[in-house]
Amino acid sequence: MKFAIMVNEGPYTHQATDSAYQFAKAAIAKGHEVTRVFFYHDGVNNGTRLTVPPQDDRHIVNRWSEIAAQHNIDLVICIAAAQRRGLLDDNEAKRQGKDASNIAPGFRISGLGQLVEAGIQSDRLVVFGD
Amino acid sequence: MLHIVNKSPFDTGSLASVLRVAKKDGGAVLLIEDGVYAAVKNSATEASLKAAGMPVYVLQPDADARGLQSRLMDGVNMVDYGGFVDLVAGHDNVQSWL
Repeated sequence: MKFAIMVNEGPYTHQATDSAYQFAKAAIAKGHEVTRVFFYHDGVNNGTRLTVPPQDDRHIVNRWSEIAAQHNIDLVICIAAAQRRGLLDDNEAKRQGKDASNIAPGFRISGLGQLVEAGIQSDRLVVFGD
Repeated sequence: MLHIVNKSPFDTGSLASVLRVAKKDGGAVLLIEDGVYAAVKNSATEASLKAAGMPVYVLQPDADARGLQSRLMDGVNMVDYGGFVDLVAGHDNVQSWL
């Protein structure tokens, strides 16, 4: 079965992103496919590669990048939510005249159409948030 | 439909809304995160969950994290994340009551 996941909450602020990750991991372990994770609202903060948690804490951002690379999951960050919160890829940094980008490996910035598409093309869409 | 509740019933009215409006035919409630507090034995919400008329599932890792292993009401079904996945797959629709 094809699953899509939506994450509406930032890392280290609420359990939502941990729940979403554990769900994705369990779905893959059961032989399902996780096609896309869509990050919206504060959820976009899951995608900054500048995150440096303490060594004894989980690295939420790297965890997403790793599971995406291993299982070909499309990690999509909402562009409007990302720009408000200072999350940029190279193209957007250039377009906005910023001196750096900060998007993590495996993530890409796109629009809400990707959420709609995920809802249409997946068998289930599961939402995690606060 | 699978109704996922992740809030304590003492913080928000999410669970009360589910119990009020959810269609009972084939529906189920899954309590995750702070939502698991609704299933504590002798709590103010125990009676309403028992009267829900649909199966109630509790995400075990979240109940365990809160020290509720031996404090849950009778009649709820414990699931791990794999069970969570099975519940999602087993229902045509999933609604998270954020």
